[in-house]
Amino acid sequence: MALLSAISGTSRRKLFSFRGGVHPQPNKFLSRDSEIEDMPLPSLIRVPLQQHIGVEAEPLVRRDDHVLKGQLIGQARGPVSANIHAPTSGRVIAVGHFAAPHPSGLPVPTITIRPDGKDEWGPRLPRLRPGTATPDDIAERVREAGIVGMGGATFPAAVKLNLRSKYDLHTLVINAAECEPYLTCDDRLMREFAEEVCDGIGFMARALGVTKIIVAIESNKADAVAAMRSHVGALGPDAGITVVPTQYPMGSEKHLVRTVTGQETPARMLTAEMGIIVHNAATAFAVHQAVRYGEPLISRIVTVSGRGVHRPANIRVLIGTPLADVLNHCGGMTGEANRLLLGGPMMGQPIRNLRVPVIKGTNGVLALTAAESRSSEALPCIRCGACVRSCPCGLTPLEMNQLIQADDLTGAVDVGLMDCISCGSCTFICPSNIPLVQAFNYAKGKLAQQQSMKHQQEETKRLAAARKAREDAIAEAKRLAMEKHKAMAAARKQAAAEKAAAEETSAGEAAE
Amino acid sequence: MSVEVLNAAPHAHSRVTVSRAMISVMVCLAPATGFGLFQFGWPAVNLFVLTLVSALGFEILCLLIAGRQIAKFATDGSAILTGWLVAMTLPPWAPWYVAVLGAGIAIVIGKHAFGGLGQNLFNPAMVARAMLLIALPVQMTLWVMPDPIVSANAPGFLDALAITFGQQTDFDAISSASTLGMVQSGLDAGRTLSEIMSQGYSLHDRFVGFVPGSLGETSTVLLLAGGLALVGLRIISLTIPLTVLGSVALLSAVAHTLAPQQYVPPEMQLSSGALMMCAFFIATDYVTSPMTSLGQAIYGCGIGALIFVIRTWGAFPEGVAFSVLLMNACTPLIDTYTRPRIFGRDRAGKPLEIGKGRS
Repeated sequence: MALLSAISGTSRRKLFSFRGGVHPQPNKFLSRDSEIEDMPLPSLIRVPLQQHIGVEAEPLVRRDDHVLKGQLIGQARGPVSANIHAPTSGRVIAVGHFAAPHPSGLPVPTITIRPDGKDEWGPRLPRLRPGTATPDDIAERVREAGIVGMGGATFPAAVKLNLRSKYDLHTLVINAAECEPYLTCDDRLMREFAEEVCDGIGFMARALGVTKIIVAIESNKADAVAAMRSHVGALGPDAGITVVPTQYPMGSEKHLVRTVTGQETPARMLTAEMGIIVHNAATAFAVHQAVRYGEPLISRIVTVSGRGVHRPANIRVLIGTPLADVLNHCGGMTGEANRLLLGGPMMGQPIRNLRVPVIKGTNGVLALTAAESRSSEALPCIRCGACVRSCPCGLTPLEMNQLIQADDLTGAVDVGLMDCISCGSCTFICPSNIPLVQAFNYAKGKLAQQQSMKHQQEETKRLAAARKAREDAIAEAKRLAMEKHKAMAAARKQAAAEKAAAEETSAGEAAE
Repeated sequence: MSVEVLNAAPHAHSRVTVSRAMISVMVCLAPATGFGLFQFGWPAVNLFVLTLVSALGFEILCLLIAGRQIAKFATDGSAILTGWLVAMTLPPWAPWYVAVLGAGIAIVIGKHAFGGLGQNLFNPAMVARAMLLIALPVQMTLWVMPDPIVSANAPGFLDALAITFGQQTDFDAISSASTLGMVQSGLDAGRTLSEIMSQGYSLHDRFVGFVPGSLGETSTVLLLAGGLALVGLRIISLTIPLTVLGSVALLSAVAHTLAPQQYVPPEMQLSSGALMMCAFFIATDYVTSPMTSLGQAIYGCGIGALIFVIRTWGAFPEGVAFSVLLMNACTPLIDTYTRPRIFGRDRAGKPLEIGKGRS
C-alpha cells in the first residue's frame, strides 16, 4: 500500500468522512471552460472601507486627491482589520457612504474613484526573496497588502498567519474544494496559475512554520488536480493533494479538516488549536502576488454564471467594480433572470442594487432563473427526517425550527442551535421547502441582539451603580466633614464657654 | 436590468417535494393494488375508488372547516395516499359504508383532529383499520376466494354495484382467510402445526398472492417489489423494512426451532402480505416514525417484536395495525433519546477533547 501510494503520487491519502451533506446540481459546466479574462476599466470604482471581518479601515485620502494604482487609501484599524488599496489610478470623487453589497443595501463608508484610464502603478512594496524572508516578513507583507480570506469569509489572512506564536502548528490545509455549485473561479485559478498558487502556498507554510501541506480539491476538478500536482510536489516531501468527494459543504473549514485529517475540531474551538490552519487557494494566489511582486490585493477572480446571464465567464475584476459593469461584460442578464446573487447558490447573498461593487470576498455573481432557484412556497413539515440526515453538524433542524416558531430560543440553543454553520443543506433537501436555515439565522441574530441588549443593560446598571457609589462616597465624605466641622465648632464653643466661665469665676473672685 | 426577488439562501433546491414523495409511494403500491383489483374483480374496484374519493372528500371538508387553502393542501397527494392505504387493508367485497367510514376515520380522526398534515401522532390508515376491526368485526373479516375479473364466475360491474352498495351478502364468503388465522384457530383446537399446514395454501401461492385476503395485501412479492422500488427512489431507507422483517424472522425462527409444532416457521410469517406492506409502506410513514436511523432501527425492531407477539399469543391473528400504533406512541420518546451526535461534541453534548478525535 505504501509502495502504491509512492508510485501514484501523494493523492492517495486515507480519506475520512463527515455525516450528512447534500449533492446539489453542480452546474459548473456553464463556466468551467471559460478562461480567466480581464475586464476593461470601469468608469467608476467604489471601494468600501469594510470588506473584511473586523473593524473598518480608516480613509487616508480626501475628495479630489489623485491616487495611483496600489496606493494605500484605507488604513487597517486595530488587530482585526485590513488595508484597502486603490485598484487603479484616478481621482477620488467622494469619500462618503454607499450601499453595501449586502441584501440590506445599508450605506457603508466608501471611497469612490473616477479612473483616469492610465492604470498607472504607484510605488510597489519591495519584493521578498523566498530564501531570506522570515516568517514575520511574510506575515507583515500579507498584512500590508490587505489580504483577506478569499473563499468568502474575508477574515484578515495575516491574523491567521500570526497564529504560530499562539499555537503549536503543524499542518496547512489549502481549501480548494469549491463546493458551492456554479462557482469555478478557484478551479480556473488552479488550472491557469498552478505555479503561482503553489508559490503562495509555500510562502504561507513558511510564515506558519509548518512543513505538512494538504491541498484539498473536490473530485469534480480533475483538471485542476492534474495542473497542481507537480507544483504541489515541489513544495516538499510532506506536501500533497488530497482529492475529496464532491459533497456540499466540503468547503466548510471544520468539515474539510475532518475529511483530510480525520480530526474533528471540538465545538467552539479553532482548527488552529489542533495545530491546523486552513487557507483558501485564491488567498494563496494573492499572497504570491504580494510577496513576489509587492502587489496589494486589488483584484480577484469572479465567476459570473447562472442561466440568467448571457455569457457565463470567469473574470479578473478590480475590487470596487460595479456589478452592472461585470454583468454587461458578460452580455447582460437574460429576460428570465429572476434573482441576482453574490456568492454561490447555497450560501450566497441576494442583491437588488446593481450599482454595488465587487469586493474582496466576492467569488461569484450569479443570475439565476426561476427554474433553477428554490421557490418560496412552503408546506407543513411531514417529519420525513431528510433535514436530520442531511445536516453535516448532527443537528435536528425540524425540531429546532419548531422551537424557534414557538419562540423558545433557549430550547433551540439546548438542542444545538449555536452549532449550526448555516450551510443550508436542510432547506435544500426539505420536501416541504420550509425555510429552516433562515429560521436559524433569525434566531441567532435575535440571540445576539438579546445578548447585546443584556450586556448594554448590565453596563448601564454597572455605571449607574458606580455613579451611585461615587455620589454616596461624596455625600459620606461631606457628612463626615460636616460632622468634623460641627464637632470642632462645638469643641470651640465649649472651650470658649469654659474659658468664659473661667474668666467669669476669676473675675468674680477678683471682684470679691 | 433589475431583479426583484430577495429570497434568503439557499437558492438551490433538491426538487424532491411532498407530492413527489406521495406520488412515488402510490406508483410503488400500484402493482400490488392492480393485482388485488384483478383478483377480486369489480366489487374491489368499486370499494377502492370509493375509499379514495371519500378520503379526498373528507380532506376537503376538514380543510374547509379549518379554513386552510384547499387548492394547496388537497393537492399534495397525502389524502389520496391515506385513502389508498386504507383501501388496501379492507376485505375486497366489503360494503360501501366500510370504505366511507374507514376513509373518514383515517382523515378526520387520524389526521385532521391532530392538526392536519405532519401533525398526527398515529398512522391514519392504521387508526382506521384498528377502529374498523373493533367496530365492524364481521364486515372486516368476510373474505372471498380470488376469482380474476376476466373469469366467467366473477361478478359483472352491475352485480358488483349490488355487492358494494346493496345489502347483498350472499356471496361465498369465508370468515377465516389468512393462513395465520387458520393456524391459530387450528392450534386452539388442539391440532398440530403440520396437520394444519397440510390443508393450508402453499408457500408459493402465499408469496404470489393466489389466496384470499385484504384487497391489496395478498401479493407479498409485488409488495416487496414495490417497496424495493421505493428504496431505490430514495423515498424511504432500508432501516425500517429490514428491522421489521428481520425481527419477525429472527423471533419466529427461534420460536420455531424451540417448538416446531407450536410456532409457524419464519418463511410462513414473512410470506404474509400484511407484514410486507407494513414493513415498506406503513411503518415507514414519515410523520409517525422516528427521524434518525438509530431511532428507526429501534422503532422497526419494536414493531417486528410486537407483530410476532400479537400474532403468536394475541387474540387478533393480524398484529400489524396494533403494533404500528403502539410504536407510533413511542416515536416522540425514541426521537428524544436518539438525537445524532453534534459535530465537535460527544454524545452527551460536551465539546470533544483535542487529540482524542471523535468518540
